[in-house]
Amino acid sequence: MLTTDRISGAVLVLFASGVIWESRSLPLGSLRQPGPAYMPVLLALILLVFGLLIAGAGGRAAPLASISRREWRHAAAILVVSVFAALGMERLGYRLTVLMMLVFLLKCVERRSWALTITLALAIAFGSFYLFYTLLRVPLPIGPMGI
Amino acid sequence: MLETLQNLYLGFSVALSPVVLLYAFVGCIIGTLVGVLPGVGPLAGISLLLPVSFGLDATSAVVLLAGIYYGAMYGGSTTSILMRIPGEAASVMTCIDGYAMTRKGRGGPALAIAAVGSYIAGTASVVGLMFLAPPLARFALRFGPPEYFALLVLGLLVLAFMSGGSMRKSLSMAALGLLFGMIGIDPMTGFFRFHYGLVELGDGIGVVPVAVGLFGLSEILLTAGQEKPPEVIKPRLRELLPSRQEWRDSTWPIARGTLLGFLIGIIPGSAHIISSFVSYAVERRLSKHPERFGQGAVEGVAGPESANNSATSGAFVPMLALGVPSGPIPAVMLAAMMVHGISPGPLLIQQQPELFWGFIASMYVGNVVLLILNLPLVGLFVNVLRIPYALLYPAILVFCVLGVYAVNGSVVDVGIMSAMGALGYGLRKFDFETAPIVLGLVLAPMIEMSFRQSLSMSSGSYAIFFHRPISLVLLLVALGFILLSLRTLFTRVAEWRRKLGLEGEGEIKEPGKI
Repeated sequence: MLTTDRISGAVLVLFASGVIWESRSLPLGSLRQPGPAYMPVLLALILLVFGLLIAGAGGRAAPLASISRREWRHAAAILVVSVFAALGMERLGYRLTVLMMLVFLLKCVERRSWALTITLALAIAFGSFYLFYTLLRVPLPIGPMGI
Repeated sequence: MLETLQNLYLGFSVALSPVVLLYAFVGCIIGTLVGVLPGVGPLAGISLLLPVSFGLDATSAVVLLAGIYYGAMYGGSTTSILMRIPGEAASVMTCIDGYAMTRKGRGGPALAIAAVGSYIAGTASVVGLMFLAPPLARFALRFGPPEYFALLVLGLLVLAFMSGGSMRKSLSMAALGLLFGMIGIDPMTGFFRFHYGLVELGDGIGVVPVAVGLFGLSEILLTAGQEKPPEVIKPRLRELLPSRQEWRDSTWPIARGTLLGFLIGIIPGSAHIISSFVSYAVERRLSKHPERFGQGAVEGVAGPESANNSATSGAFVPMLALGVPSGPIPAVMLAAMMVHGISPGPLLIQQQPELFWGFIASMYVGNVVLLILNLPLVGLFVNVLRIPYALLYPAILVFCVLGVYAVNGSVVDVGIMSAMGALGYGLRKFDFETAPIVLGLVLAPMIEMSFRQSLSMSSGSYAIFFHRPISLVLLLVALGFILLSLRTLFTRVAEWRRKLGLEGEGEIKEPGKI
């Protein structure tokens, strides 16, 4: 039976194997003089052993189907917004990016009124910019047309 | 003793002068405000405001910066408790039970306990700093790479042994965190490891994007889409203060956290970060009800917060007594002192007693100012929870993005935060703890560096770890923990063999005894 521990243990084993594979381009060194790949390979081997132990002893863990997936659409939308922030901030500027993030979350995801959405989005985007950029002098990206 | 008290009198006459007092107050206010903003922690706060102190006299400048440091450390716990956003690694453990208390409507008491715990720990560790600074600093300097490696290995094992959940899972997460810490330029050879074309990864993955992603963002991902959104908590005035039981439960954790934090804080390097992790693990292990941890146990806030603050003072010991900064923040403070023509070290106490003792006395004053400042602010901060979650989380997300970006001015950090948010979401679904990842990430460069430096010192001989007394003792204690953890394995094997009838044949079992 597929259980949560079997799946997570298998994922850890896969990840550890990937790290060992990726480390092959770096010098391993020797026991007496460890190279840059020594520690990553050692740690990946430790992780691999733990992954096997977790998967091996995972027969009695909760079945995979028991994990609730009700909120995944919401979570995916928020994650997309977060990735958008990473991609858009230096291209669109801080204020425009935050404005778009908030409009999407408040209007499309939370289905709030336009008035509330626009008021909150403008207040947070421009208010936080003023606080950080102007008052605290934290360098934030400026977008096209100086916005 | 009498001489120390006389010196302290001199210190208080400096610290209680209206101008110095004003700077302590201003420093604490700025620090608290800076600390409340996620991502802008004490280091960024002090660095940003360092130029402001140039125009002041030496004592006022140091007192102002120390106030910012203290204030920012406390301000960081506010976001951890109310929103599950740790501003820095030291606040990670406060997130767990502090936020759980907030969800139960006990955010006010959590903030109050954090303030009082920080005050007691801060004051007590200043007393320690006053009496023990020179001898402790000399002991701390005996920590070379082998001792440091042994200490960090012991720290990781203690945490895994004392964590409440599955030890296998905790250790696997620590290993994952250590692996994340391997990303970046290898300091010994200059090889760029696992960079995939991203130059920004040269310095490795930052702690702030990982901590904010694993804790803050994953919480938003898990909570925002729930069919029944989190209740809007309307705190009443009398519920802002801890109950008698909560005070009682916090007394010993505060005392233990203070001692642990101070001892860990004096060790050079960034070992003070682990003080809050160790304190949490100790409290969970010592508790009669460890199952309450993670569900809103006040001990889980009191211990780590006290340890964190106590380590802050402990970190000043090597800086003041020997001129050796024990981390990035004391290093910036050291730079600030040098700008004013002060060179910290053994001669500072003799040559400029009014500055040294004024600084010590200003720490007492700073702690009182913080308490006076923060207790009334608890009510103000808790009011944030009146906002419905559907409106609150977009704002929290914006502050997470902003705070993470502000640390290095890098969008790669925002990307890392997003990836860590997704990872934290998945791990929490699969019942893994995420705090060991942060700890592993913090310790990885230090463990690797001290391990390889030790081997370079000994021309590749592993005997160096056993020839030096401090390192040997630490490793023996670590071995003890490994054996203790194996005990349960042996018990299980013995039980299994008994069940199969391989052991105990011929023995007459007493009724009711297995």
